[in-house]
Amino acid sequence: MVTENRTLRVLIAKPGLDGHDRGAKVVARALRDAGMEVIYTGIRQTPEMIAEAALQEDVDVVGLSILSGAHLELFPRVIAELEKRGVTDVLLFCGGIIPEGDIPAIQQMGFKGVFGPGTDTNDIIAFLRENVTEKQ
Amino acid sequence: MASHSQHEWLETTYAKATERAKERQPRFESSSGAEVAPLYGPEDLAEWNYFEKLGYPSEYPFTRGVQPTMYRGRLWTMRQYAGFGDAEESNRRYQFLLSQGQTGLSVAFDLPTQIGYDSDAPEAEGEVGKVGVAISSLEDIETLTEGLPLDRVTTSMTINATGSILLALYVAAAKKQGADLTKVGGTIQHDILKEYIARGTYIFPPRPSLRLVTDVFAWCKDNLPEWNTISISGYHMREAGCTAAQELAFTFADAIEYCDAALAAGLSIDDIAPRLSFFWACHSNFLEEVAKFRASRRMWAKIVKERYGSTNPRSQMLRFHTQTGGATLTAQQPLNNVIRTAFQAMSAVLGGTQSLHTNSWDEALALPTEGAVEIALRTQQVIGYETGVADVIDPLAGSYYIESLTDRVEEEANQYLARIEDMGGALACIEQGFQQREIQESAYRLQRMTETKERVVVGVNQFQTEAVHVPEIMRVDPALAQRQIGRLQALRERRDNTAVDAALAKIRAAAHTDENMMPLLIEAVECYTTLGEICNVLRQEWGEYQEVLTI
Repeated sequence: MVTENRTLRVLIAKPGLDGHDRGAKVVARALRDAGMEVIYTGIRQTPEMIAEAALQEDVDVVGLSILSGAHLELFPRVIAELEKRGVTDVLLFCGGIIPEGDIPAIQQMGFKGVFGPGTDTNDIIAFLRENVTEKQ
Repeated sequence: MASHSQHEWLETTYAKATERAKERQPRFESSSGAEVAPLYGPEDLAEWNYFEKLGYPSEYPFTRGVQPTMYRGRLWTMRQYAGFGDAEESNRRYQFLLSQGQTGLSVAFDLPTQIGYDSDAPEAEGEVGKVGVAISSLEDIETLTEGLPLDRVTTSMTINATGSILLALYVAAAKKQGADLTKVGGTIQHDILKEYIARGTYIFPPRPSLRLVTDVFAWCKDNLPEWNTISISGYHMREAGCTAAQELAFTFADAIEYCDAALAAGLSIDDIAPRLSFFWACHSNFLEEVAKFRASRRMWAKIVKERYGSTNPRSQMLRFHTQTGGATLTAQQPLNNVIRTAFQAMSAVLGGTQSLHTNSWDEALALPTEGAVEIALRTQQVIGYETGVADVIDPLAGSYYIESLTDRVEEEANQYLARIEDMGGALACIEQGFQQREIQESAYRLQRMTETKERVVVGVNQFQTEAVHVPEIMRVDPALAQRQIGRLQALRERRDNTAVDAALAKIRAAAHTDENMMPLLIEAVECYTTLGEICNVLRQEWGEYQEVLTI
């Protein structure tokens, strides 16, 4: 758990080609209202663009949203790009239309939280506060 | 019996009753937050004039419907949006749907096709065949439409930035079938403005995109008279979170932008308006949705008559497709979605829709399974054949509440429309992020209301149960994408590449003129130039749109 007063920096990103950004924007807004610093990338981000933003913005958390079904292909590519840039200490979470059967594979990739439709944003806020570890 | 006014009744009898037992919530409201009264009666319609507000079906202002017989003649078109994997697989699904009594086709394209990338482009990786069918060339469209007589089956294509290219492909396929183009009917969505606002499958900046829209208007008028040249869509903005009144206002603002662009390109309102179609969402506030559909017809008739001066009834009639609310589907207790969808579909029917797509109950989990799609279609058939609601035209007309609500939705939408006009119209507002911001605000408000339980979503924030395992979901076979890529690469080897280069050079040369693009696109696709190759040329010439970030 991070020290009480530190402001968390969160990148919310939409990899791939899908334009369904309602969930990503609602989450971005809720995290900001909860006092976090949120960088929202907009839609149609390549894995390279997302990793670069995470590096430049020095974020604690990266949240990815996909509703097109391309998560099993795109998530590992984002992680590979993050690793390429040495960004290995961020907390990863994701949301969108993620079938239940895919969740174990996504957790294996390193995503600590998977939040589907109907999630209460307070649960995401609590999850982030609990799981972000102090950066070196 | 003593007669007293509705106001008196509310102040006395009703007030006393609520002192004894409180109302179950502090305030009752519409999707836009307007207060809903406990009761509506004659006093709410004191100034109301039947002929001014409603008229008869097929007569101005068309509030009661655009056809004289409505569903007594023929039910709405049951049109399930479908497509996945490759053209062959999707063709099989269409054949199945038609064999089950579906009456029109609706093609879903994958994201690379929608954004102008061939299936083998690096940008397409992971997305080929996922949310729809992958189409890169005429070969794919020929496979997609095999065995479907294109002069008899109408096809609706949800395609926007690449709409003109898909239309060119469809026309080329119809020509190869020997179909008479004056009989080929269908729709392309081709509503690029709402892509900038909500749906996100834009490619080019607004100006060249609008030019493609007016090129299609002009070309279809002379060559494809039965084609609906655009489906101006509120659906995706509603799905992104806006209210019913915003849905109408933002959509009509876009429609005005298209009409103005067409006039500027030398077309007349009566050249284009008869082939415009609209696309609404139906969400769960049942009566408000019925009112919205009725208000939409009246608003559009007035816009076409008063703003554009058309007296042609064909131009004034608003014809629309409806889809049930995808965003209202829940991943929790997903079978409840069958019920939500049924009520939403019923509101569209009571609102007089021309065609309807009902969502499948499992769509908050993944792409729909065949079984779930079948239930969705059956839902429409039950409404049409069993419930009796299709036997009388506009059966809710004259209800104090429905008419008050129809007036109010219209008024709220008109206020929004006036604000957009004051800010310079739809396009200027998009560039300032106005609609995007308004939609975000509404979406966030709804989310907060759900989290505080001011708004109940059954199975999500009330009446929850332990999550149950969902046994079967639909998955697109990854081998389909590989097959598609292989076929495309073989085509590139086989075709006449000199002809392809020449066709692309013509398109490049025309990009900065006002020549109609449609004949050039048809010529290009007929020699098997691919969608991605055409878009790459246009991207080089026109550049790409950059999203206005509003958060």
